Amino acid sequence: MMSKIVRSMTRPLYPFIILFGAYLVVHGHLTPGGGFQGGAVAASAIALLVVAYGGTRMFRKGTLTAMESSGLIVFISLAMVGMATVFFYNFLANGGPIFGEAIFYGPNPGYFNTAGVIPLMNMAVGLEVIGGLGVIIIALGKKAFEVME
Amino acid sequence: MNFTEHIPILVIALPLFAAFLTPLMGKISRKAPRYFATAVFVIVAFLVVLLANMVYSRGTEPIIYTLGSQNDTIFRIVLEIDAFSIFMALIMAIVSLAVSIYSWAFVDKYSGQDKFYTLLLLVAVGSYGMVLTGDMFNLFVFFEISSIALCGLVAFRTERGESFEAAFKYMAYSTISGLLLLFAVGIFYSQYGVLNIAKIAEGVGSGPFNELNKIALGLLVTVFALKAGSVPFHMTTPDAYSEAPGGVAALYVAASQAGLYALFRTCFTIYRPVITTETIGWVVIILGVLSMFVGVTMALVQKDIKRLMAYHAISQTGYMLLGVGVGIAVLGNPAALDAYGKMAMEGGIFHIINHAMYKGLLFLTAAAIFYRVGTRNLNEMRGLAHTMKFTTIFFMIGALSIAGIPPMNGFSSKLMIYESVYQFSPILSAIAMLVSVLTLASFVKVFYSAFMGPKNEKVDAKEVPMSMLVGMAILTGVIIVFSLFPGLVVDTIIKPAVEALLHGWPIAGGM
Amino acid sequence: MIGNAPYIVVGFIIFLGLYTAIFKRNLIKIVMGITLVESGVNLFLITLGYRTGGGAPIFTQATNMHMVLPTPQALTLTSIVIGVATTALMLSFIVMIYKHYKSIDAKDVRRLKG
Repeated sequence: MMSKIVRSMTRPLYPFIILFGAYLVVHGHLTPGGGFQGGAVAASAIALLVVAYGGTRMFRKGTLTAMESSGLIVFISLAMVGMATVFFYNFLANGGPIFGEAIFYGPNPGYFNTAGVIPLMNMAVGLEVIGGLGVIIIALGKKAFEVME
Repeated sequence: MNFTEHIPILVIALPLFAAFLTPLMGKISRKAPRYFATAVFVIVAFLVVLLANMVYSRGTEPIIYTLGSQNDTIFRIVLEIDAFSIFMALIMAIVSLAVSIYSWAFVDKYSGQDKFYTLLLLVAVGSYGMVLTGDMFNLFVFFEISSIALCGLVAFRTERGESFEAAFKYMAYSTISGLLLLFAVGIFYSQYGVLNIAKIAEGVGSGPFNELNKIALGLLVTVFALKAGSVPFHMTTPDAYSEAPGGVAALYVAASQAGLYALFRTCFTIYRPVITTETIGWVVIILGVLSMFVGVTMALVQKDIKRLMAYHAISQTGYMLLGVGVGIAVLGNPAALDAYGKMAMEGGIFHIINHAMYKGLLFLTAAAIFYRVGTRNLNEMRGLAHTMKFTTIFFMIGALSIAGIPPMNGFSSKLMIYESVYQFSPILSAIAMLVSVLTLASFVKVFYSAFMGPKNEKVDAKEVPMSMLVGMAILTGVIIVFSLFPGLVVDTIIKPAVEALLHGWPIAGGM
Repeated sequence: MIGNAPYIVVGFIIFLGLYTAIFKRNLIKIVMGITLVESGVNLFLITLGYRTGGGAPIFTQATNMHMVLPTPQALTLTSIVIGVATTALMLSFIVMIYKHYKSIDAKDVRRLKG
């Protein structure tokens, strides 16, 4: 449990940290960022909450591990669906129902609805990283609090 | 596009997919993960056999599978599978299946069953990936997957401090070695701008043997010798083997042999054109002789049964390095290669599969003894043959095989090594025979102190559960088949593997 | 323009990391040493892909079409992800070692020997 200043600043800040993480994940195919980076940013919000409030009970470990597993399952499933051609084949690019617009070669203002399965995979990885790093932070935090007491 | 063309990637992707489904299976019921994981291992073993059939029908030309798209294959992640790769995958398929069934009874008393099987599947993913990939960076990724998952398994028994000590040591060494591997990959990338192994091999062969490539070779040999547990880098091997719970030590044998695979792949496929002198061959031979000798002498003084077997694992790795090392040493000399080099390599490579089978079996019997008696100290156990009859028979078969007693498969491969190495250097052959005698002495000691003598009334050492017996029986069956038909095995799977190693890899696709 | 300076820094960082990992007895310092080696290798990969005056290899809003190589950056990212996993695993091993041995000094943590 940290001081009152830290706690009262954490409360308004952490939704924005998660939002920024989500932004990095969703725009991963256009700008620097992507699944891991965005997920790591979002997981830092979990770290902030754990440090500020000193408790690890506010997150259920089961939820986080389920997020981790399901993110990876979605990722590999997407790769396997591409197996009609080859593993990891980008079957949505240039004509799929979502993210299917033609990819523009060269400098462009950034067309969001492009790149096929890559944004979907970014989201899956983002989910997995939030879950995985969240579990790590909570497990280490719990032990640290045990040792401190 | 039909199903058979996708088998190469399915061998890696299916266990990976299953590894992350296993925790969800754990929510259904307590026993669901074990049956699910075992079913996956059965399917993967079946796929590996199918793939092996495809590879052997193609001769020395490898199967190439490109991920992502079929254009620009040189820049994509590729899998290249030749007879040597599939040979290693077969070992992994047999051992992982046996360990998976063996562990049913073992994990029954622990809470994290789903996690145990997730890690088991991930070790299989790492090893299959290391042996099937045709991409240098992928090799690094799979190397790390297999190391991290093995560390998790070594630390599985959370009630013991020692398991964390062993896991931490192993993790520290394997992380640093992984980073050195990445550094070597960087050196290749800086020179040739590709990560494809065949393309790197072309680049290395086209120019003179420059300093950067020498540094990379040194790093790669060090890293993979560490993964294989050869002697100057064996600091963590006995700890990790002896703390690995239950059947995991058997899987560890197969996983560390992926390190041997990568070592031989480096010497033969990447550096083949520039290895014209005997230097690198002698380095591998010296690593092998040191491993044989130091391993067996350390094993003689051990009292802990698993630690003793771990030192024997180091010592047996020496035979493989010696056999194939002679092959590397005579690479620049075609006459000697035909006269005895190929036979030495066949002996060394045959010894890889034999070692995985009998050492796996011995580790499983050691874990079975620990499961019933509750101690690993040889002085505290006696008379187990009275009650654990099947385990005794399995142990005898494994021990006879590792000591190289004539009808067993260990003898066939060791004989090939002795005969061919004698023509290269008689003294090395003599050392190999001496080590074999010491191995026999050591296992006679274990057999006498653990299984012979009056019955121990204090411990309830009844026969181990059925699933453990089945796991051991699978490996025993393979050993018996190899012992009865060594010639057939050498002709079917060993000779193609040697030919594939000597043949090298063609460049995958065009630019 | 920057010449060989990054490679000298890479060598220095890797040396420092190996020194820390080998000669320090505190387990957490060993992990810090390993992390330093990892940073050095990552810097090495990034440096390999650098081209003098190159911009980020991204087409969105790009003004400079002279770009650095993207592949080493992808390799570095993978290496960072693996590094996070290994570091977290090693730190959690240290926590458990402390629980069992009541010490994180390498000279106390040696029940396995022989």
